[in-house]
This record gives sequence, structure tokens and C-alpha cells, in this order.
Amino acid sequence: MRTIFRNAHVCDPSQGIDKIADVVVDEVKVLAITEDSTPYDVGSCEVIDCSGLVLTPGLIDLHVHLREPGYEYKEDVASGTAAAVAGGFSAVCCMPNTDPPLDEPSVIRGLLKRVEEVGVARVYPVAAITKGLQPEGLTEMAALKEAGAVAVTDDAYPLQSAEVLRRGMEYAAQLGLTVMTHCEDKSLTRDACMNEGLTATIMGLRGMPSVAEEVQVARNCLMSLYTGCRLHILHVSTAGAVRIIRWAKEKGAPVTAETCPHYFALTDEACMGYNTSAKMNPPLRTQQDCDAIIEGLLDGTIDAIATDHAPHASHEKAQEFALAPFGIVGLETAFAVSYTELVSTGKMSLSALVDKMSCQPAKVLALPGGTLRPGSPADISLFDPNRKWTVRAGEFRSKSRNTPFEGWELRGKPVLTMVGGRAVYRHGM
Amino acid sequence: MLTDLITLRETEPEDIRLLLDTAQSFKEILERPVKKVPTLRGRQVVTLFYEASTRTRVSFENAAKIMSADTTSVAAASSSVQKGESLLDTARNLRAMRIDCLVMRHPQSGAAHLVAQALDIPVVNAGDGMHEHPTQALLDMLTIRQHKGRLEGLTVAIVGDITHSRVARSNLWGLTKMGAKVRFVAPATLLPRDVHRLPVEVYTDLRKGIEGADVVMALRLQQERMERGLLPSLREYSQRWGVNAKALEVTKPDCIVMHPGPMNRGVEIADDVADSGRSVILEQVTNGVAIRMAVLYHLLGGEASA
Repeated sequence: MRTIFRNAHVCDPSQGIDKIADVVVDEVKVLAITEDSTPYDVGSCEVIDCSGLVLTPGLIDLHVHLREPGYEYKEDVASGTAAAVAGGFSAVCCMPNTDPPLDEPSVIRGLLKRVEEVGVARVYPVAAITKGLQPEGLTEMAALKEAGAVAVTDDAYPLQSAEVLRRGMEYAAQLGLTVMTHCEDKSLTRDACMNEGLTATIMGLRGMPSVAEEVQVARNCLMSLYTGCRLHILHVSTAGAVRIIRWAKEKGAPVTAETCPHYFALTDEACMGYNTSAKMNPPLRTQQDCDAIIEGLLDGTIDAIATDHAPHASHEKAQEFALAPFGIVGLETAFAVSYTELVSTGKMSLSALVDKMSCQPAKVLALPGGTLRPGSPADISLFDPNRKWTVRAGEFRSKSRNTPFEGWELRGKPVLTMVGGRAVYRHGM
Repeated sequence: MLTDLITLRETEPEDIRLLLDTAQSFKEILERPVKKVPTLRGRQVVTLFYEASTRTRVSFENAAKIMSADTTSVAAASSSVQKGESLLDTARNLRAMRIDCLVMRHPQSGAAHLVAQALDIPVVNAGDGMHEHPTQALLDMLTIRQHKGRLEGLTVAIVGDITHSRVARSNLWGLTKMGAKVRFVAPATLLPRDVHRLPVEVYTDLRKGIEGADVVMALRLQQERMERGLLPSLREYSQRWGVNAKALEVTKPDCIVMHPGPMNRGVEIADDVADSGRSVILEQVTNGVAIRMAVLYHLLGGEASA
């Protein structure tokens, strides 16, 4: 069936479009962006009045933990993709630290089968770079790619050996796979659970110094230059990391980077009161880091905003701070937090934000979507930019509630998400 | 009014003063031949200790008993904790037995805070990880006040493993709230990040750090610090940062020396200091009982005046 979005504020940075128009899609692809859609309004056709709403290419999240297989009590394909579309994401990349991990083609195939059965968003699996995410032994990347993996990563188990990283990058590069890395020198973060600094000192908690992230960002960028392998730096959290990535890009390294909304919206002071919903890895840093990350987003050093959506059950978070697992959910708050913190404050234009959350993520891994060019997938997000709403974790589609934004009043609400021509999420529409 | 005692950072100066004054008035009870008053009769106090302790635990239990409260002690080693029960579940189960007050020690910073949020009875932090040990700081302040007659304007040098010390943190907040100046003296590897941004003067040199001090407090140095590569050797530590009679020549002549115990004699404190007339270490222990009586008294619904 054909759908016509009439009178929308169409924002598609991939084509430089930022104007009021109608968008026409069929059950597969975008047909047209037009001033007058009446010629398309024939036969079986849903017409949606989009006055006052922003229409963008479906958001794409490069960094999500769907937890399936193995940790379905935290999240699964059904709940995770439902959370994604409720946050305006039509596609997510899922990380391999499951049980079993995504280190074998059969696991990838099994996951994609589940996505076909119960998923409502597109899911692009990211495979492990090493077997079992253990320090040694590369995975069968060629077979993994054939099975559907779109990249390889060491997320959650950062490679400590530069030699393993080097060989992994050389091997991935020949297959055209991007290596996504979680940058952390573990010798500097032993037993640590939050940012090292004044707040950790007051709370009596072992801190992860910013330099633990930065030495690996530097090492990995150098390795990208040396091997020529495309490198994507996951969840950048420090000012120093932004500076190093800027340098690497100037040197011509094939490096891209993402950050997450919490790294520019929150500082480590959110951990005060031993708030485990503000505990993630890398940890929340300082205001100077937040400012540098926004600067990095604006000047293109940081290509994308991802969520690092990391669900955990309530009983896991209701523990002593150092014992609680790292990670927060983000799919259902990412757009609104970013819109509120960046666009409403005038720091960033709406089209720049859409670029960071849709067009650039598509580019980083050469994924379908991220554009409304005629012929591209009918993946669409519709937002009400003026809608104010209050974050209530109890209302999340995600199985987990671990958000540091509980009770925040935000602006910008996803009201409809379409995947492949099908409206899979509607809020009052 | 106090509802829990978790940190001194979040305790009002008036409440600190009230606790010190109450403890001072209770000290007399400890000198009686029959050490028993009926104040907390019928009240149940549970001590829940996840870490080894002699001083603090006995001190709390005796304080409760002197005030006629009933006490039960739970040691994590012999409890359901060994069966994997979470801290919150353990605490809620104890509360379900209608206890009136929980005193707890735990190796994790924030553990007492976590429990206090979940329970509707007073929770007393008897030491949580590297965070705070409020009753230790209170008994330290009481001891200092007894010797100096005041806290305001005094200079207190805390020497040793600041990074890992809950005693240092609680004393910093308590002493500065009462108008004293605090110095931290430690090797650079035992100073936490951004410590300079706290209301404290920081020194890596012992002599400079204790020069002109009214009080020198030595902290326990744990063997583990060597194992983690934070210090080269006990020998170098004791030579550079050990508190001995020679080093104390630069303090005020009437400077007193304190230690929260247990002492490593010959490491952070020399015998010629620990056993000297300047040492008030055993008085600290006596005052500990009085302080804990005062804390229980006020938390369990005592009147505003003793």
C-alpha cells in the first residue's frame, strides 16, 4: 500500500532538503518528495497529515545490545526492536557480546531468523573480531560476513594486544569490513567503576582515567593508518579522544567515530548518590568533555550519535555501585535528549542532528537507508518537535529500566516510525 | 534531625556538634562501676559486618548494651550472604524481623547509602569501602576537642594512604565543618585524583605537611598497596612517611598523635610515638564507645538534649 505524508517538514541532509513537502512511499521504497502529491493519491492509499511534524529518513543506531541470544531477561529481539522504533530508529546494529557470542555464522543466522519472526526494525549484526571475544584467535570473518555481519568489533572486551588488533584489522580490511573498537586500556581501569576525578574521590570509588580511553583511541587510529583498515571508534567520551580522532582524520586515516547522548548531556556528577543508572563504560566524564564532544559533533570529527543501548534487569542495577553492571538503555530517549540538548539550545541545527542519527550512521557501515532519495528503502521517522514529554522508564518498550534520564522533561517525540513501508510504531497518529 | 548516619559530608554542623556534646556527657557513664542506663530498653540493634572488625564492632555493641538495647550481630561469613543473597534482600529480611536500627560495615563504597534508602529504620554506616566512616571521625573529633578544648582553628595533618581511606574522607568533612584546617600528607600514588579540589592542603613531603600541626593522624598502610605497585617498599614508606619522634619535631610542641587502628608499628607509626605521652590512641577507643552511644541515642528517638 502507498502512504502519503502530506505537508511535512522534510529534513533529509543526504540531499540537502529542509523544507515543507509531501513524501510518497510504497511498501518498499521512497517514490517521491514533492510539492504536490495529489497525482499519487490514487487507489489504496493512506494519507497522513504531517502539519507541524518533522519527517526524516529512519534513524539508524550503530550501537545496540539486543541481548539475544542468552540474556533474554534483559532484552530480546522483539522488545529491543520495539524500543528502537518507539525511539524513531528504523534500523539498529547489534553487538556480539551475547551468549553464545556472535562469533559464528550459525549464531548470526539464528539471530537474523529471530529478527524475521519477531523484529519490527531492521537489525544488522556486528560480529566478534575474535572467537568468544577472547584475546586470541580471529573469527571466520568471511563466513560471518556472508551470514550477514556488517562489521566486526571487540565491544565490551577491548583488545589489549596490539598484535591481535593489527591482524584483525588486516584480515577485516581485505574483506571490506569495518572494525569497531571499544577503546580502553584495561591495565588502567582495574576494578574501576566510574570516571576518575573529583566525584569518584568524594564517593570513594575507583576511577577510570580518561587517559585509559585515549591511549587506545590513539593506538587504534595509528593502527588504522598503518593497516589501511576502516576503523570506527565506539562511544567517544573524552575531550582527548576527540582531539586524537581529529588528528587522525587530518592525517587521512579511514576513521569514523560515534558518541552517545549521555556523553554530552550528563557529567560524572550524575553518579552521586551511587546512582547505578548513571554507570556505564566508558563512564560519564566532566563538563569540559561534554563541551569537546559537542564541538567534535559540530566540526565532523564525530560522525554519528549512537545509543550503546545496554539493558540490565532492575535487580542487577539494585546493587552496590561497584558491583552493578555497566550500561544504560537509550533507544527510547536518544532522539529527544539530543534534540533537547543540542537543537533546542541552538547549538546544532535540526538537519545536522538528523545527519548524525541517520545519514552518517548509514555511511559509516554502508548500510541501506539514511536518505529519502527516490528508490531508497521506505524507512521513515516522524517527530513532533514541539511535544514536551517526561521520561518514565516504566513506560518503555524495552524490558529494562536503567535510564539516567528518568523524570527529565524533554522536547521532541517520535510519533511514527515506518520500516519498509510499514508503520511499525504510532503514537497518537 | 538525624534519621541515618551515612556520611559526615551530608551531616549538618549542628548535628555534629550535638553528637559530640552528647558523647561528652555520656562519657561519665563509662566510668561507673555499673555501666547500664535504661535509655534504649526494648530496642533491637543489629550489627551487620561484611568486613573484619574488632574495635568498631565491639564498640557499637557495647554502646548499645550500656544503653540497654538488645543487640544481634551478623557476620557475612556465616550468613545467607554466602548463599548469594543480595545486600538489599539481607537488609530487608532483617527489617522484617522488626529490628529498630541497623549498623553496617561493608567493603563497597555506597553500601550503607543503598540500604538506608531501602529501609525505614535508622542505618548507621560503620565504614563503607573507601567512602566514609563517620563514627570514627566523630570519635577523633571528640578526642581532639578534649585535648585542645576546641576544633576551630586547629591544623590536623592526616598522613598515609588517603586514596583508600574512609577515615580520611570522614575526618576531612567533619573537621572542616567544625572550623579546623585539614592537610593530607601522602606519597603521590596514594593521593586520589583531583584531591586538590577538596577543602584540604595536600603535601607529598611529611615534614612540610606536619609542620606546625596541632594534630597528626597516621593512617594504616596495607600490604596490598605494595602488591598493586603503588609503593616500592615498606622500608621506603616508613623512612619517608612514617610518623616518628624525629619527624614530630616540626609540629606544635603540644601536638597529639592519633591512629584509627589497627596499627602497623614500625611502618606508618613508630613505637617511640605510639607509646609516648603524645599518643591519644587508646583514648580514641574509649571515646568511640561514647560516640556510638550518642549516635544510637539520637537516631533511636532520643530527645534533643542529653
